[in-house]
Amino acid sequence: MNLPLLSLLVFMPWAGAVLLAVLRNARPAVARTVTLAFSLSTLALGWAVLLRFDPAVTGFQLVERRPWIEALNIHYFLGLDGLSLLLVLLTGLIAPAGLLASWRDARSPRMFGALFLVLQGSALGVFLALDFFHWFLFWELSLVPVFFLIKLWGGENAGRAAYQFVIYTIGGSAFLLLGFAAVFAATGTVDFGQLATLAADGTLTARLAHLGNFWPQVVFVGVLLGVAVKVPLYPFHTWLPPAYAEAPTGVSMFLTGVMSKMGVYAFLRILWPIFPAPLHAAAPCLLVLALAGVVFGAFAAMRQTDLKRMVAYSSVNHVSYCLLALFAVSAASGPGGPAAGAASAALGGALLQMFNHGLSAAALFCCVGVLESRAGGRSGLDDFGGVRAAAPVFAGLCGIALFSSLGLPGLNGFVGEFFIFRGVFGLAPWTAAIACLGLFATAYFLLTFWQRVFHGPRAGAAVGNWPDLRGVELAPLVPLVALMLLLGVLPQLLTGLFNPLVAHWVAALAHP
Amino acid sequence: MQLSATHLWMIPALPLLAAAIGSLTPRGGRKLAAGAAIAAMIGAFVLSCGALVTALAQPAVHASANFTWFALGNEVVRVGWLLDPLTAFMAVMVTFVGTLIFIFSLGYMKEDRNFTRFFCFLSLFAAAMLGLLVANSLLLLFVCWELVGLASYLLIGFWFHKPAAAAAAKKAFLTTRIGDLGLLLGLLWLYHVRGSLLCYDGGAGVLEQGSLTALAGTTVAGGFALSTAIGLLIFCGAIGKSGQFPLHVWLPDAMEGPTPVSALIHAATMVAAGVFLVARVYPLMLADQALASVPVHALTVVAGIGAITALLGAAIAVAQNDIKRVLAFSTVSQLGYMMLALGVGSWVAAIFHLLMHAFFKALLFLGAGSVIHAAHHEQDVRRLGGLGRRMKATFATFAVGTMALAGVPFLFSGFWSKEAVLHAAHAWPVSSLPLLVGLAAVVLTAFYMTRLITGIFLGAPRTDAAAEAHENSAVMTGPLLILAACAIGLGFIGTPAWPWLQSNLGGIVVEPESIWEAPGLMLLSIGLVVTGLGAGWAVYGRRRNVNASSVDPLAQAAPGLFAVLAARLGFDEFYAATFGRLNTWVAALADGLDRRVWDSLVSLLARAGEFSGVLNREADEDILNRGFDRTSATVRGVGQTYSRAQAGETHGYLRTVALAFVVFALVLLLGGVR
Repeated sequence: MNLPLLSLLVFMPWAGAVLLAVLRNARPAVARTVTLAFSLSTLALGWAVLLRFDPAVTGFQLVERRPWIEALNIHYFLGLDGLSLLLVLLTGLIAPAGLLASWRDARSPRMFGALFLVLQGSALGVFLALDFFHWFLFWELSLVPVFFLIKLWGGENAGRAAYQFVIYTIGGSAFLLLGFAAVFAATGTVDFGQLATLAADGTLTARLAHLGNFWPQVVFVGVLLGVAVKVPLYPFHTWLPPAYAEAPTGVSMFLTGVMSKMGVYAFLRILWPIFPAPLHAAAPCLLVLALAGVVFGAFAAMRQTDLKRMVAYSSVNHVSYCLLALFAVSAASGPGGPAAGAASAALGGALLQMFNHGLSAAALFCCVGVLESRAGGRSGLDDFGGVRAAAPVFAGLCGIALFSSLGLPGLNGFVGEFFIFRGVFGLAPWTAAIACLGLFATAYFLLTFWQRVFHGPRAGAAVGNWPDLRGVELAPLVPLVALMLLLGVLPQLLTGLFNPLVAHWVAALAHP
Repeated sequence: MQLSATHLWMIPALPLLAAAIGSLTPRGGRKLAAGAAIAAMIGAFVLSCGALVTALAQPAVHASANFTWFALGNEVVRVGWLLDPLTAFMAVMVTFVGTLIFIFSLGYMKEDRNFTRFFCFLSLFAAAMLGLLVANSLLLLFVCWELVGLASYLLIGFWFHKPAAAAAAKKAFLTTRIGDLGLLLGLLWLYHVRGSLLCYDGGAGVLEQGSLTALAGTTVAGGFALSTAIGLLIFCGAIGKSGQFPLHVWLPDAMEGPTPVSALIHAATMVAAGVFLVARVYPLMLADQALASVPVHALTVVAGIGAITALLGAAIAVAQNDIKRVLAFSTVSQLGYMMLALGVGSWVAAIFHLLMHAFFKALLFLGAGSVIHAAHHEQDVRRLGGLGRRMKATFATFAVGTMALAGVPFLFSGFWSKEAVLHAAHAWPVSSLPLLVGLAAVVLTAFYMTRLITGIFLGAPRTDAAAEAHENSAVMTGPLLILAACAIGLGFIGTPAWPWLQSNLGGIVVEPESIWEAPGLMLLSIGLVVTGLGAGWAVYGRRRNVNASSVDPLAQAAPGLFAVLAARLGFDEFYAATFGRLNTWVAALADGLDRRVWDSLVSLLARAGEFSGVLNREADEDILNRGFDRTSATVRGVGQTYSRAQAGETHGYLRTVALAFVVFALVLLLGGVR
């Protein structure tokens, strides 16, 4: 029997949300268990997909395609390649970990779980949908639960942060929608694959120019804006620190681990294949912006006195590495193509970085969440001291996450970053050299974090009864840290999924 | 026993296993953790000896075993193991000194409650250090390079509850990371140009002839050969790791770590990794030597940095009062000697000095540890004194170490290796400055070591802690005796009469000329050693009636100079005032841009949105709605007026009907009913 695995992947979390909505009198423990079970479905189904997935095939697999709104030529179209699978697996890991991190939050676990599952399903939809119509539905739908999750379960200034986050992102999406409306008007389809084909031979640009000479540029800028805000690309990132800092721990983990990847994914799935020429033209400028994200993101993190904001800025820095790689490749594409080795290293490194950053940033937010819950809501850099003496296990796990984040060899973060640098150096050497400043600054602020919070005599909120990690607190951190160690030594566990795909992309770059 | 390159991985794997065991051992499992660590080191030592036997069978061969680590895109990342005499000698040294220091730690760390974790970190360090030695890929070497940095960080900050230790750990990691970024860029460049980072790969490796010719033949910006540019970038990593000027500032602070750590990591092994790295990529550093038109040769820079560091470290050491800091600056200075030797073209002299230094400096640090342990963690030389009588074994071995470091002739290993370095400098055709600097540092070295040893062991005890000190147990003095034996005996493997080490190492790189010419130089340097020792004795050896607060004779003689040296020439303050401030400034800029500029722009946009909302509302309210309201109000008013007429009263209706009837009748009548 051929199960529609991808549909199941997307809709199982939603089914869980519906179930929670129905179970109106469920006790908190039941609500939490149901949420976790449905959240784990992604991991289980992801595993099933992994077993059927053939990495050697670079096209979409396990495709489900049915006419949906025939009058508008819109299809219900799901499919996955190595890139999608990577992100599905990441979602499967981060979402349950996030739920476990917020396990002890007593405020209405049923509502929390339902909203969280809606969010999880939407993210999966984004990673699997191949028709703009429902891709965009998923893309926008993910904002609704986030808004409520931040506003109702968040910190002191959560209302403002949630409002800013949603309005800013929707503002970006409006341009994205506008762009695709124009594309639809010009071509009569919003199927990503068909559009990529049309883009490859120049038909898309020609048809858009038919609407008016400036339309190809307008559409590109619109789509770029929508995606850039989501990633975020410097300087469209100012919504991120407050949103990540005010969100409850589990949601921060999901936002940084999964949602920030939605933007990078959109770059790879939409901008790159459908608008290769304008992206190539804009890439030198975008490269500078990504570089600014790498350097300024890291230096701004140095100035933060709140740990959550610090980790949030480190996310700006880390995601910018992915963009740096993409833009460097795009800038170098064109007749003859970029150096194949460098392009392959940059793209492969960027994919690794997406996954690795998901693990390390989520783990760091989880650790800050532990600190916050122990300290009665405080999470300032100077609110702690000597935590390592009180909680050595916690210190060890948090330390591994920190060093993974600063790219220590032997842990997962290094491999992705090294190959991004290897690729970017080959394509744009000065950019790589300047980006090294980001590496230094990252080490600086992460070690400052570690020194102030964990070292020195016990101080601040760390004085008195300060138990080490117990029971369910270990559950989200241990698997994440174990993966950091494992993937640092055996990156082939991941690269095996997408190597042929990357090779295919590189080959396509050579003949634009 | 023999160990081929294919099985070389077992050498780092053993301590790694011990580290894993140590990390899973609870606090109570002291014997298990320490036992595993020491057993693994002994095992690694035996294997290293086997590797040495194998390597010496064919000393000119770089035996390698390469394999695929993973594939990325359409690239395959290959790494491997490399066995040559350099690897083997280094591995034997590291495992031998490591074993002794591990055993010493049993005594030194006995009372520490985190004893098991200490051995776990030590094993992690040993694994990374050995991995660095056996790596045939510069990528793998870089991985291990960073991991030794991590182990160093963890061990400097081992007593993390002390703020100074935590700060020193961070400083060490960040300072070396600055150098590492240069190394990273060098490796990226090399990787990009050559498509591989394997050192030796059957002719295709980056250190093999084809690659070297290509690198030396390419010119980059500034007229440099590509090999010079890459070589100097790689050298940046060595500057950071080996505490060379201008990145030497972290090494003295690193003395906040437990003394066995200082002995192992910050004297004998890790800090020598920079020297090892340059020695490893020596073919690359040499590649530009044949070119006449380059602005500067890579090795000339190495020699310059080494010479500056050798003098700087020795000068600062003269004015330090903390035993470990004197030794730390001495290490900085000696590492400078090694770099100098590399720079002037004598690869062999550098490695010879590296190996000898590892033994006698480990000896000195462990001796210092023995003193500190006995004197209840008193390590200020002004507050010690007179320990020689009660700590005879420590005194005797420390004296051996001192004489080896100072270069006392003939009997001590340091003499032979130092002579090798000086002779190499003498033979350098480019400049005689390194030689002069090296000779100046010889005097200073003999002087500060005399000052140190007399301060600790001679005279009368100056504090109660010094008066109560007594000799440590055999677990601590045993390693001292063995290392002292090495500090005396080992030098003979490299004497002019029997240059066994040189002949085995020399198989790798051909020396420009014999380093054993110029006997006059040897006499001169012996004279300088005697001068230094004599001056030290004259100033410090015959002092009477000193107490803990007596002013140093040098400070009396030249207070200004002494203060400047004691303040380490103000490097830390200078860096804080320049780079530190720049760093803060950029961070403030980045943060300010976000808060002031980008956030304001977004707010402005939001305001604009709000304003247009207000406009919309006003337009709706005033123009559309109010117009609509007025119309409807008019209609309603009219309706109301009319509705009065329909109040529902029968009388009213009848009245209206009657009135209408009358009016109607009047109209008919008056209108003329004709």
